[in-house]
Amino acid sequence: MLIFELSSEGRSATAQFEEAVPVTDIPSAHLRSESPGLPEVSELQVVRHFTNLSKKNFSIDGQFYPLGSCTMKYNPRGAHRAASLPGFLNRHPLAPEQNSQGFLACMYELQEYLKDVTGMQAVSLTPMAGAQGEFAGVAMIRAYHEHRKDTDRTEILIPSAAHGTNPATAVMCGYKVREVGVTRDGDVDIDELKSAVGPQTAGLMMTNPSTCGVFERRIQEIAKVVHDVGGLLYYDGANLNAILGKVKPGDMGFDVLHMNLHKTFATPHGGGGPGSGPVGVGEKLMPFVPTPVVGKDGDDYRWIDQSELPLSIGHLSAFMGNAGILLRAYAYARLLGNQGMHRVGEYATLNANYMAKQLTQAGFRLAYPERRATHEFIVTLADEARDLGVTAMDFAKRLLDYGFHAPTTYFPLLVPECLLIEPTETETREEIDGFVEAMVEILNEARETPDLLKQAPHTMPVKRLDDVKAARDLDLTYSPEFLDNN
Amino acid sequence: MAEFPDNLHYLDSHEWARVEDDGTVTVGISDHAQESLGDVVFVEMPELNSEVSAKNEAGVVESVKAASDIYAPVSGTVSAVNEQLEEAPEIVNDSPYDDGWFFNITPSNLDEISSLLTASEYQKVCEEEDH
Repeated sequence: MLIFELSSEGRSATAQFEEAVPVTDIPSAHLRSESPGLPEVSELQVVRHFTNLSKKNFSIDGQFYPLGSCTMKYNPRGAHRAASLPGFLNRHPLAPEQNSQGFLACMYELQEYLKDVTGMQAVSLTPMAGAQGEFAGVAMIRAYHEHRKDTDRTEILIPSAAHGTNPATAVMCGYKVREVGVTRDGDVDIDELKSAVGPQTAGLMMTNPSTCGVFERRIQEIAKVVHDVGGLLYYDGANLNAILGKVKPGDMGFDVLHMNLHKTFATPHGGGGPGSGPVGVGEKLMPFVPTPVVGKDGDDYRWIDQSELPLSIGHLSAFMGNAGILLRAYAYARLLGNQGMHRVGEYATLNANYMAKQLTQAGFRLAYPERRATHEFIVTLADEARDLGVTAMDFAKRLLDYGFHAPTTYFPLLVPECLLIEPTETETREEIDGFVEAMVEILNEARETPDLLKQAPHTMPVKRLDDVKAARDLDLTYSPEFLDNN
Repeated sequence: MAEFPDNLHYLDSHEWARVEDDGTVTVGISDHAQESLGDVVFVEMPELNSEVSAKNEAGVVESVKAASDIYAPVSGTVSAVNEQLEEAPEIVNDSPYDDGWFFNITPSNLDEISSLLTASEYQKVCEEEDH
């Protein structure tokens, strides 16, 4: 139900009204002549409406959420509590440095932790989300080549297993994208890479572990191929959780990376935000990092801006990223400590491999059975689709009836009828076993009562959506006529 | 099972090309491609009279599962586009080789067609992908 349907003329929530401010100086041409058509509802109606909507959601606080590539791990309440301290909440972003020493100290230390865990030389926290971090990373690659007057580099290489955001980022930064294939066991095709690089190569963007859920074994050789022609290596931090504390992208030869703090550092995944995508760089790109960054002189912390970093690619947001998210990530890093950080990658990988093994023994087929899984793995249901007529989407929808959020479906595109499953390190063995049991049940249903899958979900507030109709007849605007016609 | 008509030429990126009697080349996506994409919901065409070059992007096809670039099989000038697909993209699913054609090219060098795959070569590509 839309909140507009609850509307009753003249009803309002007076408790929310401030003293009316007299409006006198707006030119009459800019004043609206009709009311804006908002729903007229009581405060309690609003509270109930949105509370009830929120209860219909799947969320990490309610359900196991093995959404591959998204790292839906538990967001510790302690980090939330620390970031919600009044001193942080009430700090104005333009407050003088001497009144922000606590906040600046946290940000400085977060920069240091992220440098340490990625093996980079400098970190800027300012990108507001992963996509902006990617943009900043490739913009720095561009700034580096241009500063050297090396302007004939027009191409970014991207393996076919990459995230879709990588080609989008390269294009946004004015580069042409050249795709490099992946071998049957999930590694980059190094012969194809060798024939693709040249004086036109600005860089290579890759995720390691890749979207195939495997660690790129020849990463050092790849780095050499790209560096030998003068290109730079970009690390997409989407899958950093798998290697956190175990392997450093800097040691693999990467020159620049972004991290998704909302994945790896357990800050909330909002509905499109607020995210956080800090960038880390090696020595070559240090002059180009986006501003501001936090510096330290003796015991004093301060902002470092473009006056000291004249080659910086500049500001990416009004102030410095999403302060509340960065504070949560800082608290999370402190909660884990150095040793805990090492266990993240270990347990994320252990959980994924345990689950992959259980599913294989139960009769499911892995896309890369000869490879050790990283923090996630791919099950392909191509056999089931062919023999039983049930698809990966049918499995995904049926899982909802069993109380589990569906894994990522049909991604990566390389693998037909696939589920990309990422349990994360914060799930118990019981939870993982429960998911495996549900998958086995559903496989039995697929054999005996396939319609049960094809019609699923059966217990959710909405049934299977007609996503084809939704895409073909896209309608996102409410109008009063909508209610009359529906 | 997807169809692979013998009279067509194919790209491993799943476009087909047909040489017409007047020497122009009609382009669409294969039966296998429409099957893998699922219900097509949006098609973006090259502009009429624009230049396209072989193996470069000339359009986009989008389904509920994925969006894919359409590559031109040969270089030349776009001499016709199938405007019907804008209103009714489902034609791509119903009739990939006939009513569901995308655009037509007046080729600058028809010899380029010989570098494309034959039906049986392309079928092999698809079987490997499905493996």
